[in-house]
Amino acid sequence: MPAMTREETEALIQEVLEVYPEKAKNDRAKHLAVNDQSLEKANKCITSNRKSLPGVMTIRGCAYAGSKGVVWGPIKDMIHISHGPVGCGQYSRAGRRNYYVGTTGVNTFGTMNFTSDFQEKDIVFGGDKKLAKLIDEIEVLFPLNKGISIQSECPIGLIGDDIEAVAKMKKKEHGKTVVPVRCEGFRGVSQSLGHHIANDAIRDWVLEARDGDDSFPTTPYDVAVIGDYNIGGDAWASRTLLEEMGLRVVAQWSGDGTIAEIEKTPKVKLNLIHCYRSMNYIARHMEEKYSIPWIEYNFFGPTKIAESLRRIAAHFDDTIKEGAERVIERYKAEYEAVIAKYRPRLEGKRVMLYVGGLRPRHVIGAYEDLGMEVVGTGYEFAHNDDYDRTIKEMGNATLLYDDVTGYEFEEFVKKIQPDLIGSGIKEKYIFQKMGIPFRQMHSWDYSGPYHGFDGFAIFARDMDMTLNNPCWKNIKAPWKKETASEPVKAAA
Amino acid sequence: MALRQCAIYGKGGIGKSTTTQNLVAGLAELGKKVMIVGCDPKADSTRLILHAKAQNSIMQMAADAGSVEDLELEDVLKVGYGEIKCVESGGPEPGVGCAGRGVITAINFLEEEGAYDEDLDFVFYDVLGDVVCGGFAMPIRENKAQEIYIVCSGEMMAMYAANNIAKGIVKYANSGGVRLAGLICNSRNTAREDELIMELARRLGTQMIHFVPRDNVVQRAEIRRMTVIEYEPAAKQADEYRSLAQKIIDNKNMVIPTPITMDELEDLLMEFGIMEEVDESIVGKTAVAEATA
Repeated sequence: MPAMTREETEALIQEVLEVYPEKAKNDRAKHLAVNDQSLEKANKCITSNRKSLPGVMTIRGCAYAGSKGVVWGPIKDMIHISHGPVGCGQYSRAGRRNYYVGTTGVNTFGTMNFTSDFQEKDIVFGGDKKLAKLIDEIEVLFPLNKGISIQSECPIGLIGDDIEAVAKMKKKEHGKTVVPVRCEGFRGVSQSLGHHIANDAIRDWVLEARDGDDSFPTTPYDVAVIGDYNIGGDAWASRTLLEEMGLRVVAQWSGDGTIAEIEKTPKVKLNLIHCYRSMNYIARHMEEKYSIPWIEYNFFGPTKIAESLRRIAAHFDDTIKEGAERVIERYKAEYEAVIAKYRPRLEGKRVMLYVGGLRPRHVIGAYEDLGMEVVGTGYEFAHNDDYDRTIKEMGNATLLYDDVTGYEFEEFVKKIQPDLIGSGIKEKYIFQKMGIPFRQMHSWDYSGPYHGFDGFAIFARDMDMTLNNPCWKNIKAPWKKETASEPVKAAA
Repeated sequence: MALRQCAIYGKGGIGKSTTTQNLVAGLAELGKKVMIVGCDPKADSTRLILHAKAQNSIMQMAADAGSVEDLELEDVLKVGYGEIKCVESGGPEPGVGCAGRGVITAINFLEEEGAYDEDLDFVFYDVLGDVVCGGFAMPIRENKAQEIYIVCSGEMMAMYAANNIAKGIVKYANSGGVRLAGLICNSRNTAREDELIMELARRLGTQMIHFVPRDNVVQRAEIRRMTVIEYEPAAKQADEYRSLAQKIIDNKNMVIPTPITMDELEDLLMEFGIMEEVDESIVGKTAVAEATA
């Protein structure tokens, strides 16, 4: 199928909008756009970070998901209490595949669920006392925890429990960091506000722990990796590259991260931001308060990795600049072999994406390295600055969809007929049943890592494995095939 | 006789609980089977019937036992003067938790446990101050109280509150069957109080069902944690509550109220000399500004 023209893409948007009632149509029209690389600012073409419409199937999460699930959850040596009824914590437990090393239940707690398990009486009489007791029990049962965060579920905000007072009291009693996080699910329009609230809680309750304390020996090459959640080991595949080029990674935010690393971050020389959407807030704060510059980077696919390594190195002296070149050179044979093997099998294939914070734009380069083209992309919870960064990555006249609805996504796919879709678990089976190869791009479909040169090899293999899987040839029932086989011989 | 469910609303401190218990005592004297459901975290809606300080509430006992499912009806339902059944929903101390949810939980519990048995003639809900949230509107939702009585007096704030409660009733009257059944004037001895409340009732499309005069015997009885009817059955005030009880038994006047605007209410108050006409020129002027003007 040839690439669509600008007019064709616009006509497609209009056609899809046609079924909506007038008010919904006007609203959704603002969230769908045809990409135009000449634009400097995305607000000229697309609206984002607005409330989803009632009645549509939105793919978004909530503020609790953004705070507990994304930002805080991966900090492995803290215990994160899902404060409220049991479901929020239990149904999100260990679902995000942020890998970590440690002994779960002893010195790390990542895949465990701690909840105050609210009952009717806790709603009516308040849950503060229960929370205080829960924290005391944690101290007895899991004494090696390095701190506690209290992740508020919806009812906490409704009944107005004073979790800050409990946090302060318990911090004093146990001498450990206790952080109250007001990430009630009903706040904001998506998980995005939860990221922001979580960042602010780190700023207010953790980050200044070592202000005025110079006992941590620093080097001129100290950096922090911010916004890498170590999905399937992503942060590990990234960290090796930075270390090989001569940098010292002081902290990982927050995949396989610890509270000690977070507390040391204000001592680094440069903050490296992978997921801009979920952690730009804390990077900006550290820039203001500690004068630490920050840059965004992209470790998907060799082209972007090389670009990023050089851009990071530009902030340091020649040792590091040479180090970056050395790293790129060292992995060259490896990634060229990957491209030589998979590019012929994937060349010209068209991809549609719909993911979360950074991947709708960050993985485009990796696909391009394999000769593939991303023809449509969109974010669940982006803001305009994310789309600003997306316009340049996407080809002209490609499709952009913000907070896409289930209906719109299906219709776009039917018309565009991509060779591959990358989105989440809720979308996977719908599109597979439509006969279209699909990869989960939140969890890497239980594979990964996809970051770094190591990750690229796995990424390429996975895309090939999915796209060229022989099962797709058998998607049509034999009796429905257009070219009928030989007539069946009558039984003798 | 089919069960009639009535809710008593009114400004805080107006005498809802006292009026409710005295009138319920009157109903009991007339042979009616009555249950009082206190819907106020303070849990003081039944003490005159039970001669108790404060009854153990449903929510408190549920919290002690673990959950509301662990309770039996007889744990929470107490029988007092005149075979009146008493329950208190209860709730948190001020400033914590959610009292509204307590009311919802308690009423659901009573329904599930069959507290509304067929022998009952009346259920009275004594509800805290104003309808501040969904929980305190629970007694007037569908299949609960169908009749609302508002206790008020000739004071400005009591009448404001009565009008606001009427607005709340309109909302639920349209979705369910709840109706305003009348204003009970609990006198504060202000001038022309009866005329004023009758006029307010007329404007709201309802009636002043009874004018309860002020009498110190009510306080004397209360100190003894008793209703007047029990403490001093021959008192003139006891007859007032008997009369109110009889009027409620006979009451057929159920309306969707027609709440009035703030301006209309202020005009009414000015007409009766409760409020002085507002001089628009002084609004928002400080004392200093007035002195220099």
